[in-house]
Amino acid sequence: MLHKIWRFIRQVSGDDAYERYLAHHAAAHPGEPSLSRPEFFRREQERKWNGVRRCC
Amino acid sequence: MKSTIFQRIGWFLVAILGAAAVGGIALNRGESINAIWFIAAAACVYALAYRFYSAWIAARVLVLDETRATPAERLDNGRDFMPTNKWVVFGHHFAAIAGPGPLIGPTLAAQFGYLPGTLWILVGAVLGGCVQDMTILFFSIRRDGRSLGQMARDELGPIGGAAALVGTLMIMVILIAVLGLVVVNAMKHSPWATSTVAATIPIAVLVGLYMRNIRPGRVLEGSLIGLALLLFAVAGGGWIDHNESLRPLFDHEGLTLAWFVIGYGFLAAILPVWLLLAPRDYLSTFMKLGTIFLLTIAIVLMRPEIKMPALTQFIDGSGPIFGGSVFPFVFITIACGAVSGFHALIASGTTPKLLANERDIRMIGYGGMVLESFVAIMAMIAATVLDPGVFFAINSPAGVVGKEAADAVAKISSWGFPVTVEQMEFLAKEMGEKTLFARTGGAPSLAVGMASIFGSAFGNGLLAMWYHFAIMFEAVFILTTLDAGTRVGRFMLQDMLGNFSPKLGETSWYPSVLLTSGMVVAAWGYFLYIGVIDPNGGVNILWPLFGISNQMLAAIALSVATGILVKSGKLKYAWVTGAPLAWLAMVTTSAAWEKVFSSDVRVGFFAAANDMADKLASGALPAAKAKFAPQLIFNQQLDAWLTIFFVVVLWVVIFDMLRVAARYLRGKPVLPLSESPHEPSRLAEDWVRD
Repeated sequence: MLHKIWRFIRQVSGDDAYERYLAHHAAAHPGEPSLSRPEFFRREQERKWNGVRRCC
Repeated sequence: MKSTIFQRIGWFLVAILGAAAVGGIALNRGESINAIWFIAAAACVYALAYRFYSAWIAARVLVLDETRATPAERLDNGRDFMPTNKWVVFGHHFAAIAGPGPLIGPTLAAQFGYLPGTLWILVGAVLGGCVQDMTILFFSIRRDGRSLGQMARDELGPIGGAAALVGTLMIMVILIAVLGLVVVNAMKHSPWATSTVAATIPIAVLVGLYMRNIRPGRVLEGSLIGLALLLFAVAGGGWIDHNESLRPLFDHEGLTLAWFVIGYGFLAAILPVWLLLAPRDYLSTFMKLGTIFLLTIAIVLMRPEIKMPALTQFIDGSGPIFGGSVFPFVFITIACGAVSGFHALIASGTTPKLLANERDIRMIGYGGMVLESFVAIMAMIAATVLDPGVFFAINSPAGVVGKEAADAVAKISSWGFPVTVEQMEFLAKEMGEKTLFARTGGAPSLAVGMASIFGSAFGNGLLAMWYHFAIMFEAVFILTTLDAGTRVGRFMLQDMLGNFSPKLGETSWYPSVLLTSGMVVAAWGYFLYIGVIDPNGGVNILWPLFGISNQMLAAIALSVATGILVKSGKLKYAWVTGAPLAWLAMVTTSAAWEKVFSSDVRVGFFAAANDMADKLASGALPAAKAKFAPQLIFNQQLDAWLTIFFVVVLWVVIFDMLRVAARYLRGKPVLPLSESPHEPSRLAEDWVRD
């Protein structure tokens, strides 16, 4: 139960984004090189803020 | 699934309780009424609407299809398109739609008494706002997660698309200006508030550096460190406030603070996002969710008495906070919390790319807005638990009640809301402020309300801390909206300018970034500046303008939705979005009409401009006021034309939609539905739903 809550918090906050990216990458593009953690994080932040993210 | 007899009885009881609570609130004319009735009324209305109305919309109107693959599944790229646990999506969606709007609007609208605002929040949300969010989310999901502007272009034509784009940009400008004004009013001559808010900037930068360089991507760690520092900053602000040599550094006039805010906005827009914007957003999101949660607990624990009457005499339009009668102004003062056009941008932005299954559209779209509406109800409670005299003393601008405390309390008491100078001084002292008079904008009165609720729930000794915590909490996410909004405005502007000069359209070309950011900041900075120098407290001008523009965007969104419903052959259900559209068109147009043509100088823009021009010409204005008069006159005229522009855009889009609908119904060719073809979902039932 605690484990589930912790996983939920990590997912909501985006703390586990990199791990999920790796999982997706391994499944969808096996064999191709993946981004490193800092690289992934940088790209994600740029992408996230290129649009309406927050409301009034 | 047939409902059992017990379920039926249960829902019947909910209906009875809801009716009793709403009736109790509406008919109470006694001394005071307990806040728990508001919570009960809201909970029952939401539960019934969610259980029955949203289920009916899902099953009959939109016909959600669980077996159909969503864009998250079909276009999964592990980043923005990604099937995600529905509660996670709910969290993201709610954090994105709930900003400072639902806290400020109800507080301002409390000048009419608690009843008009409360009823509109409940009815507007379940029949309007929730429906808008849900339908737009659905249509966007059926169109690969396309944005509102694109859908307007694809389904109605270029006019609708352009209107959505221009409308969004304008709203952004007005919204940022008014939010900036709220922060300025909360910080002026308050070293504690100013230093605490100022401290949030280096804290955000620190968190940004931590998340990028020290422990890349460790969002939770970074945010927790930031939150601890923020709380420390609240306490530190108190220390600065008592320190004679540091105090003057943070004690400023409104105008000085406005320049700081403008400068900050420009910096935030041109700095890389990881440094300031993104970490600040993490902090403000945690802060927001935490505080709302805390406020709910405190209200339920404390069950405070509502002291504001159900209706005040200001429903006739003579209100001190903003001029205008209860119809139509309550409906545009409370936009967020009832119907907010802005949500359509989120519901057609990040959210549709995450949903794993169409059936969750109901919970995310409808349910997310229900929760925001509940936040608005709590803001209404926090504003109305104050003594009405205190509420008006905090929120009435000096231009209306007078600059001197004695004049202000005499005036407010003469309205039948007794308040004394001693009472206000005592309250200000308790909250650790020099004065609480004329802090128009909603944030300070909400903070006093929240502080007294928190204080009585969790200990009264820390009132000043709670007050500044509440101010910091609001300022943090107002500033986040300001940064993020400026940035979005910049992208839109670059997008538009890119049509004329491709180089200017490059979002990473630095000269263009500087130019367009500067233009956006100048636009909202102008309105903020005017708002600060306006002795009637620019909220009177800016908030209605914001409401009108936000409702205009809602009307565009509902037009797109209604157009799509008709084109899908669902004319008989078109009223689901058509009725809220008609209502919004009516209130927005009549509010705009009054703002333009009313002869009341506190309502009509032209009337105010002419009145001031006459006074200036006859020399009736004191020198200090005469200096700003030409700017104020120009601004009133500009606002009038802006309002006319909003209404014209509104009706152009509505007629465009009606034209498309009429053509379709007469069998003439229209733009085809842009829905993506059906693909069966291959996600196993519980794969992402654990």
